[in-house]
Amino acid sequence: MTKLTHEISVSYAFIERNFNLLKRYLNWEILFFTYSIVNALTIGLIMVGRGSSRDVLYLVIGALIWGFLSVMMREVSDAITWERWEGTIEYTFMAPIHRMTHLVGSCFFAILYGLLRTGIVLAVMPIFFGKHVDLSGANWLTMMVVVAVSSLSFIGIGLIAAIFPLLSPEKGQAATGILQSIVLLISGVYYEIDVLPSWLQVLSKISPATYTLRSIRAAMLDGASIASQTHNLILLLFIGLITIPLGFWVFDQGEKYAKRVGRLKRSG
Amino acid sequence: MVVHQVIKHFYRKKPLSADEKPSFMQKVHHLFRRDKEVIKAVDTISFEVGMGQIYGILGPNGSGKSTLIRLISTLLLPDSGHITVCGNDVVQDSFKVRQMINRVSVEASFFKKLSSEENLIYAARLYGVPVRQARRKAGQILRRIGFDTKRIDEQMENLSRGMQQKVAIARALLTSPILLLLDEPTTGLDPKSKRDVQQCVDEIRHEHDAIILLTTHDMEEAEKMCDRIAIIDDGKFIAEGTAKELKSLVTKAGGEATLEDVFIELTGNDLREEG
Repeated sequence: MTKLTHEISVSYAFIERNFNLLKRYLNWEILFFTYSIVNALTIGLIMVGRGSSRDVLYLVIGALIWGFLSVMMREVSDAITWERWEGTIEYTFMAPIHRMTHLVGSCFFAILYGLLRTGIVLAVMPIFFGKHVDLSGANWLTMMVVVAVSSLSFIGIGLIAAIFPLLSPEKGQAATGILQSIVLLISGVYYEIDVLPSWLQVLSKISPATYTLRSIRAAMLDGASIASQTHNLILLLFIGLITIPLGFWVFDQGEKYAKRVGRLKRSG
Repeated sequence: MVVHQVIKHFYRKKPLSADEKPSFMQKVHHLFRRDKEVIKAVDTISFEVGMGQIYGILGPNGSGKSTLIRLISTLLLPDSGHITVCGNDVVQDSFKVRQMINRVSVEASFFKKLSSEENLIYAARLYGVPVRQARRKAGQILRRIGFDTKRIDEQMENLSRGMQQKVAIARALLTSPILLLLDEPTTGLDPKSKRDVQQCVDEIRHEHDAIILLTTHDMEEAEKMCDRIAIIDDGKFIAEGTAKELKSLVTKAGGEATLEDVFIELTGNDLREEG
């Protein structure tokens, strides 16, 4: 087995394990899917009868994309939390695997799971909104490119957030939740960021979700081309190129700290 | 494997005095105070174990056995001293060391919603063991230690603690480790399962020429299985030798001292009370 195929096989172990877990917690998954669909519906329906179909779509895009991005942000961190609860983290850390391979596996699962979840919600939307959502002018290619590029920066944030449960499962989950809610507030998920106080708008400018939502809305509402979104794509790529290495570095530091003070054990 | 002058201390906040009820201000002050008490989990421990040997560590709960195992298995960083496995340092060459070791802990840690097979395949993938080979080998090991392989598809949470522990042993053996760390592997097992596991460990020693480090509460197990035994208390090795050598440390009227007599004499503790 070559080195690369070995690393791919190890990464696949995490994807396979997480999908196996997903099957075993099917009831919870049904709940999450139902919640995602209802959430997107209730937010979109606020505007039905009050605004144009463009306004409805504006909100629905916010709900859908936020659903996808929040999965990206949470999933790596949740995988670590899960391992802490089950007590298997010591076995994962004791295995002869590179941390990057471990985390890349978790990130790939996050992308696949996020796409699956968002795809299902997206497929259900026309049943409820009918003529209120018009996607005939949408540029799907631009949308997919923006999703792909923005995934990088959210994976980076997810890697940084994964440090929290590594050090403390209870406090870590809370910290990840707080981080996620701040990104939700500042990124213009359901409104334009200029309605925020000026001091918060500073934070909006460093949130990758701000540029992701802008470009996806441009693609879905106005059929914007990839070329017209170059500026946002470059910014997203830049954030990704900073957050991913930073995420690995932060996780590595956290792992060393956990090994120094004995935070990996569950008990005993 | 060489463990040389290893020290591992942990630090925790000093608890408030239990004698008096603290005031609000004392509680606030306690929240921010930085002075900590030192827990000497492993205190200047040295020993060596050669290929094909089983080295036993006997000690009560909280004596430092599991900390020592975690230090060897690269899950903790020592404060000072060094540990080498086949010449590889556990801190500097941790990747190489991890390729050579595996561990069975007292608490079988698994994804409880997954089946034994799913857990074992996951572990095999992490160690680069091909899935088909892992299935075959896992079946062989599980049968050998008396696990009913018809239940391999059952979720782990439906298995008894003894059965879970057998899967944990299979997980460790699946990767053919050069150094096998057994942290109280038979605790909680019924007598038959215990014997099966002990026989299996003995076979591994003879067949694979592995180094085996066994921590236990069970004096009989230590005496029966280990080539050498160390008694650990408060993070220190207080005695070390073969079972015979240890027994000779204590004189007992009316016959030879047992390992338990030695333990009580040296530590002032009774393992049965602790365990």
